[in-house]
Amino acid sequence: MTTSLQGGINRMMEQIDGPIATFFSSCVHCGLCADACLFYTETQNPKYTPIHKLEPMRRLWQQEFTFWGKLMSRLGLSKPVTDAELAAWEPLVYDSCTMCGRCSLACPVGNDIVYMVRKMREGMVVSGHAPDDIKGATQRAIELGGPMGITFATLQAHIKHAEKETGLTIPVDQIGADYMMVLSSAEIADFSEIIPAVTRIFDHAKVSWTFASDGFEGTNSGMQLGSSDLAAELVGRLVKAAERLKVKYVISPECGHAYTALRWEGPNLIGRPYPFKVVHIIELLDELRAAGRLRTEGMDDTRLTFHDPCQMVRRGGVVEQPRKLLKQVASNFVEMPNPGVQNWCCGGGGGVSAIERAEPLRQVAFKRKKSQLDAINVNTIVTSCSNCRNVLQDGLEHYHMPQQVVGLTELIAEHLAEKK
Amino acid sequence: MNPQELLLWVRGTGLQLATAVCVLGMTYRLLHLALLGRKKNLAEARGSEWGPGLRTMWRRSFVLPELSARGKFTVVAGYTFHFGFFITLLFLSQHIAMLRAVLGFGWPALPHSAIEIAAILTLAAMIALLVHRYMDPVKRMLSGFEDYLTWLLTFLPLLSGFMLLHGIGPAYTQMLTLHLLSVELLLIAIPFTKLAHMLTTFSARWYNGAFAGYKGVKA
Repeated sequence: MTTSLQGGINRMMEQIDGPIATFFSSCVHCGLCADACLFYTETQNPKYTPIHKLEPMRRLWQQEFTFWGKLMSRLGLSKPVTDAELAAWEPLVYDSCTMCGRCSLACPVGNDIVYMVRKMREGMVVSGHAPDDIKGATQRAIELGGPMGITFATLQAHIKHAEKETGLTIPVDQIGADYMMVLSSAEIADFSEIIPAVTRIFDHAKVSWTFASDGFEGTNSGMQLGSSDLAAELVGRLVKAAERLKVKYVISPECGHAYTALRWEGPNLIGRPYPFKVVHIIELLDELRAAGRLRTEGMDDTRLTFHDPCQMVRRGGVVEQPRKLLKQVASNFVEMPNPGVQNWCCGGGGGVSAIERAEPLRQVAFKRKKSQLDAINVNTIVTSCSNCRNVLQDGLEHYHMPQQVVGLTELIAEHLAEKK
Repeated sequence: MNPQELLLWVRGTGLQLATAVCVLGMTYRLLHLALLGRKKNLAEARGSEWGPGLRTMWRRSFVLPELSARGKFTVVAGYTFHFGFFITLLFLSQHIAMLRAVLGFGWPALPHSAIEIAAILTLAAMIALLVHRYMDPVKRMLSGFEDYLTWLLTFLPLLSGFMLLHGIGPAYTQMLTLHLLSVELLLIAIPFTKLAHMLTTFSARWYNGAFAGYKGVKA
């Protein structure tokens, strides 16, 4: 991708739509969004105030969309956006924003700040000011099929292993199946137990499903980077595979940003509605539970809690389903302070966990999650996002905390009732 | 132009001009924002936009429960200033008499003692907010010339009105002229500054609630 300051500025300007202009027009600089951002609360550094992360874009709006701004700009009296400024803003727009959307809930004038950050990243990447680590992940995804360089051959090896473990056949490229299962790279690399888990659950619930050899990875680092073109290419592969296999549903994995990319951004990225529906794996499991197709036995009496992945809950609307599922298998479930849409981010979303230089800051920000966990004294944290899971494990290790982290799908699979 | 003639101009033509700038300016600004539009969302909706959008226009008035001390101060002082300002504007008998002359109808006024309390609280809250804006690292970093200018333009009508009611400062005619001029400055500034948030806030909240509602998020 060729990058240039002017290209980046033009791209940023193109992003200023009615909502963004309305949001900038409404900001009264009250600073309340700072209290909603874990990077501010844990560092007390004003530069992490969410609305401040948009300052270069705000000036472009002011210079091109307001009376005084235009006048000052024409008279040569306004401060232009420079390469140096965008370089200085890169760590604010990427390293210290997980796109968790908590600021968007806190803003008293109603500004959806994370909507603006997502759009600003479009300009940042074209200007050449996006982190190399996310660019590298996106390049691997485009060239190899996944941000961690995982290919279908790797998944195939896991599939064989899971077939041996479960004694079941895992369908691949089965035309006409109802559901196409998508995974995240982190699941394939670090939490491959998800594969036998869904295999057993789908067999138990008699779900017609398949993997696609040409569309199995849902992490969309193109979206995290802020490059709609690359994000569209990545989501387009899944759409193409789903259309080839003529499935009715595509299952989004336990990965928050994959869900946002596939469920909410995807059709807008490719420019047309899908001919299939997208469900989060947890939504599907809850539908099966409600239909009486997911019967479990035994209760886990460990004191456990649920970490709400931001993209699934605050930005995705899947809130009650994981709780209903958990209550079916866990007798000692407790909520963290601020559960559900107000939950605090793990600190690694939006591509932050992929940025190596951001790790020290991410661990400082994790203190917010730590304080939530310290308040409830649990042994286990259940979640439904593989990235959250990795970030939680990192943070727990960093702070020498004893809790273990478990994926919700695996927990359900462990409690499946025996076939009669 | 003698002081009497100046007052007549200020309360007549001057006020009409300032009101016209405010109304036309805000109409243009709101139309411009609306016409900028947004792309049609092609993702299948889980919820709806209008209901949650309208709800958020109201519910966002109640901010996050979990606020730092600086956040709580901003909320309490901010509410005091906004409520006090509108009570003083809308329930002072002289203001109602003036609005009745324009609108053709009026409403009961609050006793002067109540307006007095509201005005003092508003002035105090505004001064506290100004000091906080300068002292608090977050607000200080976010603030520019316009933030201080709009503070001044909002403060002046309140201060001059208070002085007018208490006979402080210049003679009544001059003080009334100054008060009206400060109001006119404020009216003219509204469409060109962040004071436009008095209306755009509701569009912003609608968008925020609509985006969340579309996805089925109860925000």
